[in-house]
Amino acid sequence: MAKFDENARPFSEKWLDERLGVVTLKKVLSTEYWIPKDINFLWAMGMVLAATFGLLLISGIFLLMYYKPDAALAFDSVNYTIMTEVGYGWLWRHIHGVGASIVFLIIYIHMFTGIYYGSYKKGREMIWISGMLLFVTFSAEAFSGYMLPWGQMSYWAGMVITNLFSGGSLEAYGLVEWIRGDYVPGDAFLTRFFMLHVLLLPLVIIGLIVLHFGTLRLPHVNNQKGEEIDFEEAAELYKAGKKKESKVIPFNPVFLSKDIFVMGVYFILFFYLVFYHFGFAMDPVNFDPADGLKTPPHIYPEWYFLWSYEILRPFNKDLGLIAFGIAQVALFFLPFIDRSPNVAPAHKRGLFNIWFWVLLVDMIVLTILGKLPPEGIYNDLGLVSAIVFLLLGPALFVITKMEKKI
Amino acid sequence: MKELKVLAVVVFFSLLVYWGVEPFAHGQMHKHVDGDKFAYSDLPEITKEGDAANGGNLVMGAGACLGCHSIESQGMPAPMDAGTAAASYGVNPPDLSNIGALYDEKFLAALIKNPAHALNVEHKFDPAAGKMHPMVAFYGAGGDIDQEVADMVAYFKSIAPKELSAKEAFDNACGRCHAMRYDKYTQLGDTPEFKYEKDALAYQIKVLEYQDHLKAYMGKLPPDLSIIIRARSAHFLETFVENPQTQLPGTSMPRVGLSKEGYEKVEAYLTEIGDPSKPKREALGPWVLGFFVIFSILAFLWKKYQWRDLH
Repeated sequence: MAKFDENARPFSEKWLDERLGVVTLKKVLSTEYWIPKDINFLWAMGMVLAATFGLLLISGIFLLMYYKPDAALAFDSVNYTIMTEVGYGWLWRHIHGVGASIVFLIIYIHMFTGIYYGSYKKGREMIWISGMLLFVTFSAEAFSGYMLPWGQMSYWAGMVITNLFSGGSLEAYGLVEWIRGDYVPGDAFLTRFFMLHVLLLPLVIIGLIVLHFGTLRLPHVNNQKGEEIDFEEAAELYKAGKKKESKVIPFNPVFLSKDIFVMGVYFILFFYLVFYHFGFAMDPVNFDPADGLKTPPHIYPEWYFLWSYEILRPFNKDLGLIAFGIAQVALFFLPFIDRSPNVAPAHKRGLFNIWFWVLLVDMIVLTILGKLPPEGIYNDLGLVSAIVFLLLGPALFVITKMEKKI
Repeated sequence: MKELKVLAVVVFFSLLVYWGVEPFAHGQMHKHVDGDKFAYSDLPEITKEGDAANGGNLVMGAGACLGCHSIESQGMPAPMDAGTAAASYGVNPPDLSNIGALYDEKFLAALIKNPAHALNVEHKFDPAAGKMHPMVAFYGAGGDIDQEVADMVAYFKSIAPKELSAKEAFDNACGRCHAMRYDKYTQLGDTPEFKYEKDALAYQIKVLEYQDHLKAYMGKLPPDLSIIIRARSAHFLETFVENPQTQLPGTSMPRVGLSKEGYEKVEAYLTEIGDPSKPKREALGPWVLGFFVIFSILAFLWKKYQWRDLH
């Protein structure tokens, strides 16, 4: 058995350290968790995401106290009880709605940052993969949450998305019914998506966030130049007081001080949207109650799913599903498709730089087209951009194979 | 500075996505309808000077308005209750006490002379096919019909109250077809409190019976408008109420004929019930934003302090 100091005051640092190892824990997790110094504000997106997830969790807990998962009651519990009768219910709902939309903007910025600086390469593969798992789980969380107000778009988006599981010409309607618990979205459908949204998926997300943080530990955070740093040596320099010469900073308080400033600016934007500009995150169509007999003239997903929706749309049923399936999993393989030995920002990597901007612009074009009615020129543009997206995978393999070591 | 350049790139692409999926896509999805600002330019101007006293005589007498309508403010009760009226006409005819304050006068004149035309429902009511509008047109009392109609409109304006509440406006203009369940309001008006459940149920049956007549008349039950203010854009609602056919061709909803001021009252009621947090948002917003501005300034100073000897 370990030795315990009889004279240590209960709950003093020493007392806690002997029982929980708090001193070591604090060093490992914060004061001696080393982050490169050469970073910009994009490196704060991880903490911004964590904070947004926190806001979603807290606002979600408050909403959960009044939400009723019942096809007959859900709509009014959200739009009347929470919005009218519950004190600050409107605030929690707007935070939750805006948070759910904005979290994807930050996720995309975070992902493109990772791609631009090559932060998925050479030992950092698991960071990328766990991040992609988080992206997919957040998508499922967003979709299941979108069902809960039981408005027109909840119902019809639920109908369309669950229909995808029929597998086109496979006509696996049995599977679709099994997922819905009914022939069409109804009470059984709503209650199971409620369970997923408030229990199973948040648990998975929390677990994945821990994993994602864990994956950063050994390969360390990347830096603006993609430079390989000897973290132990740099940490010694820092601890010896040679802060200017050292290439690293401790997570707490130095890295965190910058994160918190970025978060402050982000929260100004966030709450501006919550109070004055929430319409983009709360589609008017969903303020009409679900009606299985009245199809809305336009059915479209929220903006963050539009690019993959547009990959589904321009092809015929089966090809569309295959293309959609490829688009969903393709990004997982990024670390293995990129054959280049260089960890460097895109602007140092020649053809990869062009590839990066084509990917970004193509995904934005797909996103915009995904919301436009599929008519005339938009159909042709959609087909071209979907094909460009699918070709970007093999293209990456070829150009990174040719890339010379810097 | 390099970070600002990076920020500019991030902001540019974020705004591009926003522009594409919000203003641009919605502009492509919904056809733009130019409103008429409640001018009703297609209806003829009233050319005669109306005489309210004579108008009153016509309304009570030869005009035969009171056969179907009430004028509560003048002590004229409705000839039958709402349910029976709906059974006879499809919908309960409106009380005429405050129509002079709510509706455009050109519209009222046109309505008296040719209801189906003024209401823009000629696609539904065609006398040649034997489908008469339940409101009988006024064919004149023997004199100059335009003068007589002008007199009646003058009478309605003379008895109309100076001030109408937002809810009274909704009640007259929309409330005989549309319920507002978030205000405990049905087509029969405000739902009373009942001590015994059987009385509440009996009332509910009356509402359902009324709605059945309305369904038969309109083709479907007109939607509850509790949160329509959030389900449609302000522009859509305004142009739709002004002339439903422009936004939804073939709809059985009639043109309502509200004046601009009348519509603003209706809109105020829809906002009060459908978006009650609006004043709270506006009151709390500046405080929360102010908090985060101060937070960011302090955080910036702390960051400066922590990074002071790093470079």
